[in-house]
Amino acid sequence: MANLARLELSEAEIVEFTEEMSSILKYVEILQDVDVSGLKPTNQVTGLENVTRADEIIDYGYQTSDLLKNVPSVEASQIKVQRMIV
Amino acid sequence: MSSWAPITQIATDVQSGSVKARALVEQSLKTIDDQKDFNAVIVTLEARALERADTIDAQIAAGETVGRLAGVPFIAKDNFLVFGADTTAASNILKGFRAPYQATAIERLEAAGAICVAKANLDAFAHGSSTENSDFMTTKNPHDPTRVPGGSSGGSAAAVVLDMAPFALGTDTGGSIRLPASYCGAVGYKPTYGLVSRSGVVAMASSTDVIGPLTRTVTDAALVLDIMAGHDQKDGTSIEKDSQGYATLTPGIAGQKVGVIKEYMAEGVAPGVRMQIQQAIDAMQAAGAEIVELSLPSLPVALAVYYIICPAEVSSNLSRYDGQRFGCSSETATDLTTSYTQSRSIGFGKEAKRRIMIGTYVLSSGYYDAYYKQAQTVRTKLINEFNEALEQVDFLVGPTAPDVAFKIGQNIDDPLQMYLTDILTVAANLVGVPSISLPAGNVDGLPVGLQIMAAQRADRSLLSFAKSLEELLL
Repeated sequence: MANLARLELSEAEIVEFTEEMSSILKYVEILQDVDVSGLKPTNQVTGLENVTRADEIIDYGYQTSDLLKNVPSVEASQIKVQRMIV
Repeated sequence: MSSWAPITQIATDVQSGSVKARALVEQSLKTIDDQKDFNAVIVTLEARALERADTIDAQIAAGETVGRLAGVPFIAKDNFLVFGADTTAASNILKGFRAPYQATAIERLEAAGAICVAKANLDAFAHGSSTENSDFMTTKNPHDPTRVPGGSSGGSAAAVVLDMAPFALGTDTGGSIRLPASYCGAVGYKPTYGLVSRSGVVAMASSTDVIGPLTRTVTDAALVLDIMAGHDQKDGTSIEKDSQGYATLTPGIAGQKVGVIKEYMAEGVAPGVRMQIQQAIDAMQAAGAEIVELSLPSLPVALAVYYIICPAEVSSNLSRYDGQRFGCSSETATDLTTSYTQSRSIGFGKEAKRRIMIGTYVLSSGYYDAYYKQAQTVRTKLINEFNEALEQVDFLVGPTAPDVAFKIGQNIDDPLQMYLTDILTVAANLVGVPSISLPAGNVDGLPVGLQIMAAQRADRSLLSFAKSLEELLL
């Protein structure tokens, strides 16, 4: 599960989380006994569905250089990442 | 007695020139410094705030009309992006992140003349009920520094009660505005889902996240809401505000039908809290409200629904913190997958990791139907029960929290016990209805919150009713 979530856990964390997750998952088991026959899952609560807008560029006045200031590694105005294929 | 006048009064005084915006900002900054031991504030925006104050004072000297919040200082929870200011969501992974744009809510408040003076502490990424999950520090309850202020908007609630500013902003995903309001003795307002744009606010659980004010009075909360509310192109889930707005309320208790939720006055709620809430209900009745006892049978499982849906959405929303585009990044990884994993493992605190793990689990194939889909279906049942109840009555009332503020450290090693503090607030988030927490007396010197809920989009009548009650409960 930690792998799927891209997390690396220490041995101590694994022990602790396993125990806690068991108790949380046990708690939410009460839902299995709720009668939901004839009901559909909720996807939205205010009646809005498929909200779209025109496919147009909106200029909010942001500068690319400002938006890149928070990026850990930048080269030639592009985000630099580690190699993908090992 | 608060050192701040009602917000409309402050703005009127600034506009007339009798009070300088700079003096208000200085007063706010001084109080923040005087009360810094409470750890309510992560960072002050001194230079930015004073510059804005001077601009506003100059505009007024030149005869310009600034707006309904002219010169009014406020404090934003640190998960709001404020242009040019650090925004950490109290997490290590966002340490040093400087907002390159700002939240629509902040944009609208500033357009009305308000001045953001500081960013308030919270549980990291708003995950928690006490601010103990902040990666930086724990905020202390203004009424008893050995106790928590509630969370996750604990810094915002404490800041308002400590007089650091006339109002503060919070976010409420499962009770994060109302719980700290209850524990600290502030007014906390959670609007109808979608009423305030979420653009520029760090996402937690997108289907229940809302933005709202923490204030001293209902009138102040209604004014701040009125300015922030309304459709925003940058948030596809945002809705239009009431055509009459929220700034002018029409109070009245007589003739209102009030449903007392049976499940909210049950065993699990501390007797002292129940007594205070019962007194408030008796006062409503004496003022002419019609009191009806109601049952919402699915309420006892609402928390279980929430603790599946919330981590599911959290695991998805926090996937963007991968150390590549912003935030804390691994310095030793030599391939991309390791870089993701290391950045996230260093940057996320324990509660974020816990929720990501639960969310990943309930969304994984094989478990999706049993957990996530079942939770969303039980949510439908809960929505139906609320709708039926709110056809019979105008408002639903009960306590905001099962007990008064707990001791710092008391629940930190037991996440389930911590989650249980949200048991009375999560339903409003799952259903999308507005809800307010109003101070309603004390138990052993610690504030108790009265929670009132109304139908979706009935924010105006809810605030009107709350204003009348506030006068009654004083």
